[in-house]
Amino acid sequence: MTDLDAEQRGIAQTIATRLWNSHWLLAAGIVAVVVVYALAAISAYVVLAALLLLFAAAMLPVAGARQSAESGAAIEAIGLQRLSGEYLAAAVADPLIIFDRTAIIVHANAAAFAAFGGIAPGMSLSLKFRAPEMQALLDGVLSGDVASDVIDYTEKLPVERAYRVSASSVGHATDLYVLVFKDQSEARRIDRMRADFIANASHELRTPLASIAGFIETLRGPARNDPAARDQFLQIMQSQTGRMARLIDDLLSLSRLEMKPYLKPGTEVDLRETVDSVIDSLGPLARENSVVIERDYADGPLDVPGDRDELFQVFENLLENACKYGQSGGRVVVSIAHSDAGSEPGIDVTIRDFGPGIPEEHIPRITERFYRVDVETSRTQKGTGLGLSIVKHILTRHNARLSIKSEVGQGAAFSVHLPTH
Amino acid sequence: MQSVHTMSAYDEELKYLSKRIAAMGGHAERMVEQAVAALVNADPGLAQKVIRDDAVLDEGQREIDDKAIIIIARRQPMATDLREIVGAIRISADLERVGDLGKNVAKRVVAVTDGRQPTSLFRGLEALANLALTQLKEVLDVYASRSVEKIGFVRDRDDQIDAMYTSLFRELLTYMMEDPRNITPCTHLLFCAKNIERIGDHATNIAETIYYIVTGEQLPAERPKGDKTDKIGLSETLPVK
Repeated sequence: MTDLDAEQRGIAQTIATRLWNSHWLLAAGIVAVVVVYALAAISAYVVLAALLLLFAAAMLPVAGARQSAESGAAIEAIGLQRLSGEYLAAAVADPLIIFDRTAIIVHANAAAFAAFGGIAPGMSLSLKFRAPEMQALLDGVLSGDVASDVIDYTEKLPVERAYRVSASSVGHATDLYVLVFKDQSEARRIDRMRADFIANASHELRTPLASIAGFIETLRGPARNDPAARDQFLQIMQSQTGRMARLIDDLLSLSRLEMKPYLKPGTEVDLRETVDSVIDSLGPLARENSVVIERDYADGPLDVPGDRDELFQVFENLLENACKYGQSGGRVVVSIAHSDAGSEPGIDVTIRDFGPGIPEEHIPRITERFYRVDVETSRTQKGTGLGLSIVKHILTRHNARLSIKSEVGQGAAFSVHLPTH
Repeated sequence: MQSVHTMSAYDEELKYLSKRIAAMGGHAERMVEQAVAALVNADPGLAQKVIRDDAVLDEGQREIDDKAIIIIARRQPMATDLREIVGAIRISADLERVGDLGKNVAKRVVAVTDGRQPTSLFRGLEALANLALTQLKEVLDVYASRSVEKIGFVRDRDDQIDAMYTSLFRELLTYMMEDPRNITPCTHLLFCAKNIERIGDHATNIAETIYYIVTGEQLPAERPKGDKTDKIGLSETLPVK
């Protein structure tokens, strides 16, 4: 009974709203009928019939109006969907990838492109992210066993990165899924850096410390009253403390580089200006070693995307090495040239010395930390064994390549290939 | 990637094959990475895990073989599809070998780290492993993206790996000459280095297979000359410093 009541009330309500919706029309109709009745002499029955017809017409649902209102709402909803899809993905700062139920990438935001080069819509996710835990995550979410899941994912190469990855389905029955990467590299790296720094520093600082300790002992004992020996020992101690300070500087700058493996995108570096200022800053060292620095630059703009300070350090380290270890050649040639050979166009900066050269067997190894071709020469030249390691790190961040060509007795050429893209 | 067939089940089967290859690749990468980490950090527990994980790759290869044979028998594939399937068989065999080599490195962990070894011994090996792993990763990335025009990097890096291996060979010989007590760990490390160098070679093989799958042509044959350790004699080693 209550149902029927409700139905009746519903019908009554509909009638009321329909009447109300067309009250102007109705009023106009009534007025018209009354006017016609007054002017022309028609019978009252006709007027009554006309009025009834009018009311009946008013009761019909206003289909046109309603339909247009509905389609308006639909347009708005589609607009919102577009908005929430691409724009929302673009607004997320973390890498975000939307994929379908066959694990094919549907959309990836800019952060994802920056973090994982070489992904494109239409590519299979399970082919790109092959780590066993990622495969398990994708399988789990796609098979519908779990609605969403979170794992820790690390990439070792080319630079170590750690992510917390969450996968989940989007909306209801959209057959779309989303993968969000939260970068955890920094926290991980700070831990690692601490351990690495202590391991490297303790090992490399021990030698100069031991020699200083030895000299202090001698100064307090046998050499106590020997001014000549005291002076000599103090000088050695000073150079040892200098070495320790340089070592700590280099270790710190290496650790800093390892802390932030990505480059801020969007900045351009003028190589001509950068290399020129490196040459200026190393002028005194070159004069001291009686080395002449020659320049050979290509014409036209020489801009590459990168970080100026870091590239400055790259060329500084390379040129410093050339001046120190290629001293016997008397000159160093710095050349900048466009290179379109190979798969990616770019600019090559080559620093060539004419010193003793590097034996072939050492070439693949010299960018390793603390690897020294000749321990004695490195010590006398105040090397820390970290310079090329820093260079390699910076270049990896720039997606650049270092190639070394050398023949014993002919000198060495260090060539940096910076992609222009 | 693949053209559309009237039977979508066929497409599904081909996709399944490449998905299995990628999963095997991920496992192989992880095994090598962990084997070297176990060696460098003297971690026998991790080494044991790597040795156990090898079963996954063996299983993967058997499954891909079976599936591929069934597809060939049932669908009579032609052209790209046939290359895709035969390529999958070859790549899975290479990946299975990579797993074996990783397992062999892991097996040596206990013997190498028996005594305390200076970290400098491992630094070169780590660098070699990084090169080989980068090679494997980039090759498998090409398998995912099918952009074979970038495959030139494979030969460059192969040269680098060979040069690094040759240099490591000399270094280890030098350590052995310095002190006979180094002979045991250094011999094991030599085998580890050789294994890692072989992993790089398998990655190069995979690259050649991918090139063949995509283009239908063999990668032009100009094999790099390889490592030069076969020429290193006693007189050639570095003077002890």
